[in-house]
Formats: sequence, structure tokens, C-alpha cells
Amino acid sequence: MTAPLHDTTAEAAPTAPADPAETGATKVEGRSLKQIAWNRLKQDKVALAGGAFVLFLTLVAVFAPLIVGLLGHPPNQFNQDKLDPLTNLPQGAWGGVSSDFLFGVEPNKGRDVFSRIVYGARISLLVAFLAAVVAVALGTLFGIIAGYFGGWIDALISRTMDVLLSFPQLLFIISLVSVLPDDLLGLTGSGVRIGVLVLVIGFFGWPYVGRIVRGQTLSLREREYVEAARSLGGGRRHILFRELLPNLVAPILVYATLMIPTNILTEAALSFLGAGVRPPTASWGGMLRDALETYEHDPMFMVFPGATIFVTVLAFNLFGDGLRDALDPKGAR
Amino acid sequence: MSENAEDKAEGKAVSIPAQADGAEPGTTTDATAGETAGATLTKDAAPGEILLKVTGLQKHFPIRKGLLQRQTGAVRAVDGIDFEVRSGETLGVVGESGCGKSTMGRLITRLLEPTAGTVEFEGKDITHLGVGGMRPLRRDVQMIFQDPYSSLNPRHTIGTIVGAPFRLQKVTPEGGIKKEVQRLLSVVGLNPEHYNRYPHEFSGGQRQRIGIARALALNPKLVVADEPVSALDVSIQAQVVNLLDDLQQELGLTYVIIAHDLSVVRHVSDRIAVMYLGKIVELADRDALYKAPMHPYTKALMSAVPIPDPKRRSAKSERILLRGDVPSPISPPSGCRFHTRCWKATEICKTTEPPLLELKPGQRVACHHPENFEDQAPQDTVLLSAAKDAGELVPDAVLAESAETSEALAAEVAEAAEAAGEAEVAEEGAEKSNSDDK
Ligand SMILES: Nc1ncnc2c1ncn2[C@@H]1O[C@H](COP(=O)(O)OP(=O)(O)OP(=O)(O)O)[C@@H](O)[C@H]1O
Ligand code: SF4
Ligand SMILES: [Mg+2]
Repeated sequence: MTAPLHDTTAEAAPTAPADPAETGATKVEGRSLKQIAWNRLKQDKVALAGGAFVLFLTLVAVFAPLIVGLLGHPPNQFNQDKLDPLTNLPQGAWGGVSSDFLFGVEPNKGRDVFSRIVYGARISLLVAFLAAVVAVALGTLFGIIAGYFGGWIDALISRTMDVLLSFPQLLFIISLVSVLPDDLLGLTGSGVRIGVLVLVIGFFGWPYVGRIVRGQTLSLREREYVEAARSLGGGRRHILFRELLPNLVAPILVYATLMIPTNILTEAALSFLGAGVRPPTASWGGMLRDALETYEHDPMFMVFPGATIFVTVLAFNLFGDGLRDALDPKGAR
Repeated sequence: MSENAEDKAEGKAVSIPAQADGAEPGTTTDATAGETAGATLTKDAAPGEILLKVTGLQKHFPIRKGLLQRQTGAVRAVDGIDFEVRSGETLGVVGESGCGKSTMGRLITRLLEPTAGTVEFEGKDITHLGVGGMRPLRRDVQMIFQDPYSSLNPRHTIGTIVGAPFRLQKVTPEGGIKKEVQRLLSVVGLNPEHYNRYPHEFSGGQRQRIGIARALALNPKLVVADEPVSALDVSIQAQVVNLLDDLQQELGLTYVIIAHDLSVVRHVSDRIAVMYLGKIVELADRDALYKAPMHPYTKALMSAVPIPDPKRRSAKSERILLRGDVPSPISPPSGCRFHTRCWKATEICKTTEPPLLELKPGQRVACHHPENFEDQAPQDTVLLSAAKDAGELVPDAVLAESAETSEALAAEVAEAAEAAGEAEVAEEGAEKSNSDDK
């Protein structure tokens, strides 16, 4: 703040559009932050591969009946003729892999493993995605409120999050599932279990989102644009949802992408432990549990669902990491 | 902004609504002018009338500690200030970092709730109005923020940002919001085509122009600018200051411009308030303040400003260095808050707080032993030892000048001279240095 101010009258027409370097920008087409992030993401081949697999898997889940109709057999059809009558293990090498049964057949029951994995993707993705939606919705709401209002509201929400985070959620869900009736709120069978899984996984997931949103809100609320909005007469709702929320979308999106694989694992673990969807509905975790009985004789029955879970989780994580780097090049790494 | 009345930018003036000439800045020909007639609470105060009046304003930020959040103390950011802003004028507010300038700005725009005191706008007490009560007044009082990088929401386009005032106040300008926003963009010297761009595509100076456009959208009467150029490149600062100046001429705005030194404020202000630790220590017409500052702190601040006049440039040695740091606003010094760093401080400065008095017409000062004026407490003739230490960093010429209005300092200077004459080694550092000086 020194010299140039003293002879302001000598300066060029002061309200002409700034200096030439600044006006040079006129020619460049405006780019939104979204476009910039997308351009960055395009450079990241690993993340793109992850994203492509996620997309592929989503399509597989959506068109499961079609795919199974073309390439497999109904998921609950017992193909006893494909089993060795003596051992009840699949006939042929690699757990019965053939052009007819792409991933072989189940020991004992003879169901088509490929079909069950394709149908299992529906359950895994549906539960993981909806649970993430629940977690993000609750986490964003409570996180933004805690961060913006502070004081006792923040204390209350933060302590609640601490309690939930230290809760043994797996044990809780198992006991909850075992006491819940089979029919609930008009849902029956698998529907109940899926609903319960979504709500419970989502409910135990929101504090993770809540913490991140709270932290971000704490720093964002000090920005002068929040004060500017207040000085224009903007109310709380305007500030929370119009000024702050758009700035939270990026971290929320990234966290949601990274949360889905965790949810997939949780769902698989619950199904493995018998607290997931009920048989005969196919699920990856349930298949792993079934495979446990015969893995010494038919390891392939464990390899297929195991590998599917692994690749899916990896793909989501790679994509989520890439997304984070693209949205916030300064953070991480 | 008394200067530069003539140097309007040619290219831009056309886009501003028809204006009364600069002589009557209070009565702009905007849509609101029609309401003036006869109303007691006139929509537009006549120039020179008091637009904003602040009395005994305080803001203490509580310091809370421990699990129970008990209050253990308070930051006395603004601690009892009085001033008024007249319609059409520019009041500059200066002071070191942390002296409470921004807090003051946020109090008068009612972004903060005052701890005590009153704020009156156009005669209406707005001290404790809530969000709803303030909403209609938000049109009349606007703020320009310091940091152009944090004052614009990165996720909103320029169109959304500059159009927000209309949406939040639920007013639809003639011709629609988009057209009005584009007009405002050209008023502040930006390309109206940039309507759909995001803030990150603009430079600091351009962003500050966007902030100015937003502040002007609703045709405010009072604009509070909190260090509007301190985050900008030196080369851009003058442009932005000139833009503010031009807009004032053309729109009849009243400004409170906050700055941390006098160089920005001196060319645009009609009056200047000098703040120190949450208090106004001197409030005077710009010319009076520059010709004869009365508060020692003002004098010190002014000595730090590079002098544009080449004849006085040799006077660099007159620069006054202040001893030590600004004391904490949590427990400010007793009496006069400047007494820990003042070279004229006596016992009364430590015990009694000097009131802000209008010693000369148009010049208020809070000091017991003002500069360039007769001593207000001549009975106090003994300097504090801290003052002697402080005096070491003050150039001789300044000390001599100060001594003219202070018995105590004169006595001290004389005593030092005597000591030098007797060629005695003084025990006290201050005395020693004073004798060296002689
Ligand atoms: N929200 C707050 N809570 C607690 N203390 C605060 C708050 N805002 C400001 N302060 C304190 O009040 C004092 C005055 O702050 P203020 O921002 O008004 O100073 P300033 O004169 O604007 O300084 P600068 O030139 O650095 O902007 C400082 O000591 C600051 O730490
Ligand atoms: S002379 Fe006394 S009252 Fe005046 S500024 Fe110095 S310490 Fe304060
Ligand atoms: Mg400040």
C-alpha cells in the first residue's frame, strides 16, 4: 500500500478494464471447475480403468436377467448332472468350468456359479450404494449443522458420532438381524434383509461422512463469502444449502465413492456370517461361506466370488482416489 | 473522496444511471429518490447529514476454556467508540493490525452483535435488530471485503454472485436480473460477457471489482470497505481505489474505508479516524490531521508513511519507531492505552483514561498531552520511565517538537542536558541516551 497511490490522477483511466494481462482472459472460453476436474481425471488412466470396471459391473447388475439368459443358467437351478455322483463335487477341471458353465458349478447343489455371481452383484451394489446414500444424507446434514452452528449443537453431534464410531457395528447388526421378524413394513423375505442392511450399514457409516463434512464446514464458514451472503440478508438456510453445500459436494462425492467398497465388504462379511440376505438369494458373501465347506476339494468355488469382491473393491477404490485427486489436486499425495 | 472529482473514466460513465452532478451526492437519481419528499425518515439523507451514528460501541469476544466452556476472559476488540458518518463523505479508519477495525466494520454492518453501545442508521436504532429486522436495511448498508479470494463463492458464477443481492432481497430490477448484472459488471469495468464465468478465472483486481459490483447492486447508501486493496498487487491498488472514488462521485455513496496504514486512506478520505487497541484516539478532518496531528500515536503512524513531497523526503530521520508490540486486547493497559509506548506519558496517562474531546473544530483527540496543542494536564510534570525508554526511539526533532507542548518532556530534556553538562554517567539508560542526544 504505498507509492502508486499518491499520484493516482496520473494513472490511465482507472475504470478501464484492469490491465492488459487481465483482459487477455476475455478470449479464453470459461471453464467450470467440473470441466477442469474432468480433464484431470481423463489423464489418470488407472482411475479411468477403475471407473470403467465400476460402470461395467453396474450394467451387469442392472441387466442380470438378460446376461444370465444369454450366457448362463437360472441362478437357482440345480444341475445335479454336472456333479460327480460319488463326491458331489463338480465334474471336470477347475470346478467344472466349461463353455456352458463359465465359472463352473457349485459343489453339492450344482448351481451355475456365473449366474449367482451376476445376481450377487445386484445385492452387493444395491446394498452398498443405498447404504452410502443413507450415510451421506445423514452425515451431510448433521455434519454441516454441527460445523456451522458450533456450540452445544456441535458438542452433541460430535459426541454422538464418537459413540457410533466406537460401536461394534458387526456384532450389533448380527444380533439385530437375528431378532427381527421376517416380515416388516410390508416387505418380505430378502426385501426385509436388504432394507435392514441398507439402514444399518448406512446408519453406522454416517459419522465418517459427518466428521469430514463438519471439518470442512468449520473452515468454510469463515470464508468471507458467507459473511457477504449474510450482509445481503441471506438466512441460515441460504448459507447452509446455497453457499456451503456446493463447496462440500466434491469431498462428499469422493467419500461416497470410497465408502461403497467398504459397504460391499461389510455386506459380504454379514452374508458370510449368515446375517445378510437369506438363501437362496445369491450374494457374494454367502457364496464364500458355502465355499468354506468344500474349499479343500473345490477351491475354485471360493476363488470366483473372492476374486470378484477383490476386483470390485479395488476398482471402486482406484476410481475414488482418482476422483479425489482430480477434484482437489492440492490434497493427498 | 474529495479529490479526483474530474477524472472520471470516459468509457464507463455512460453505463451508470443518470446522475446528479457530484455536488449533491446524497440525492442520486436512482429508483429510491422518489421517496424523499416529505418523509421524516428520508430515504436519502441530504449531504452532510448524519447517516450513521455510533455511540459507546463495544464488542468483547468471550474467551472460553475447559470442558464446561466457562468464560475466563474477553478479547476487547472494540471497547467503546463514538463517531458518526455523514452522508456523502468518506471516513477513513486506520490502525495497526488487531486494533479492532474489522470488528468495528462488522458491527456497523451488523454482521456482529454489539456487546454494548448503539448503532443508529438514518436515525433508526439498529443495534439489536435480528436477521429479519436487518434484512430491509441490508439494501442500504453494504460491505466490500478484504480478501478477493475468499469473498466470492468459488462454486457460483459471476452472474449468480452479482445477482445474489436481487434474489436475496427479492427485488427484480427493470429489465431482469441478468441485464442488471451485466450493467453492473460494465460499471465496475468488467466485460459483461463474463457473466457465466467462475471466480477462479479472474485476477485479484478483477475479483475485487466483482465484489464491488455485488456491493453496489442494491444501490446502497453506506458502503463499508474493509481493507479493499490490501490483498492486491501494488500496481492494481490505485485502479481499485480510483474506481471506488469514481463510483462515489457518480452514485453519491458514503464510504467507511478501513486500512491499516494512512497511505491508502489519505487520498480518498474526508475525515480520518485513528484506532488503537479498540479505541478511537483521534478523529479529524483529513487536512487538519495531516497538517497537525494531535495524538502521539497518529504522529507515529504518519511518520511511517512515505512522504510524497520531495522537499520533505530528507525528513526520513523523523520516522518514529514505537517501542515494543501492541499490548493484548485481552488485558489492555490502564488509563491511556498508548501509555506503554508513548514518549510523553506521565502518571495521569497511567491512571486516567483521556476522553475523546474536540480540542479544535473538526479535530477530536483522546490525549492528556496532545501534540500541536496546549497541554491538557500541565500539572503532571514527571515522565514515566517507560516514556523515557520510548523516547530513545523517537528522533530528536520530534522530541523537541513534543517538548513544546509537554512540561514533563521539556523538563526531562532539560534535565538530560544538565546531566550531560556535569559529565556524569547517568544510571538510567533513558537519561544516558538523552544526554547523548544533546
Ligand atoms: N470472532 C472472534 N473471536 C475472538 N476474537 C476475535 C474475533 N474476531 C476478532 N477477534 C480479535 O479481536 C481483535 C481485533 O480483531 P480485528 O479483526 O477487528 O482487527 P483488525 O484491526 O481488523 O486487524 P487486521 O488489520 O489484522 O485486519 C483481535 O485481537 C482478534 O484476535
Ligand atoms: S501523552 Fe498520555 S494520554 Fe497522550 S497518548 Fe501519550 S500516554 Fe496517552
Ligand atoms: Mg481486519
